[in-house]
Amino acid sequence: MAKYLLIESRDPFENNIVARQYDLAMNLVKEGNQVTLFLVQNGVLPARPGNLSSLLTDTAKAGVEVLADDFSLRERGIAAGKLAEGVKAAPLSIVIDQLADGRKAIWH
Amino acid sequence: MAKTLTFALMDPPFENGRSTTALRLIDIAVNRGYNVNVFAYEGAVYLPFAKQAQHPNVVHGRNAEEENHPLPRAWIAALMKEAASKGPKIDWINCGLCVDERGAGEAIEGVRRGSPADFWTFAQNSDNTLVIGTK
Repeated sequence: MAKYLLIESRDPFENNIVARQYDLAMNLVKEGNQVTLFLVQNGVLPARPGNLSSLLTDTAKAGVEVLADDFSLRERGIAAGKLAEGVKAAPLSIVIDQLADGRKAIWH
Repeated sequence: MAKTLTFALMDPPFENGRSTTALRLIDIAVNRGYNVNVFAYEGAVYLPFAKQAQHPNVVHGRNAEEENHPLPRAWIAALMKEAASKGPKIDWINCGLCVDERGAGEAIEGVRRGSPADFWTFAQNSDNTLVIGTK
């Protein structure tokens, strides 16, 4: 089992590839891998409950750890306690910890 | 032995949150005690450009001091100072071809000139590498 860190800095409203990144995360889990999807910058926008939040909720239900950068949330006025189901606020230091742990990392 | 992380940056300053996020990551890594390699490619060679200057904001009626416009070169210098005081090393290489194309040769102290081969060497000798691309 490999461990992956997918960092998503874009939102699905502006970029069609974002949903494919969520799919990639889910498929990696289906293949037996451990995956964290870390949302940062505008990547946190769908973490606010809305019409595209179900994409993240489905990703989390598939077994992906879905985290949203707490600083990016604050910048955008998104309350950390009112995120879409399955999404948790987390510090950016998670990225450094997982990089140091040797995770295969992809930035989008 | 301290771990080493390598970052490849491509974005020019003042344009995208990716640059800010990258510097936040480097700051966290330094505070974890990790050595950090940075390979600045394409527009990212302007991140440590020594001639970045603050400016007034005539729309808001503020002079340069009052405006206190943030400069990436100052942030990078602060990161290098922080690393030097705590022990980890920041090794920052600007891609020389990218520098020449852009006339960005005047970098702050601590920035070296190199080539994409240095990025390969960085990656080979690091515990992990994160490429923060523009696309």
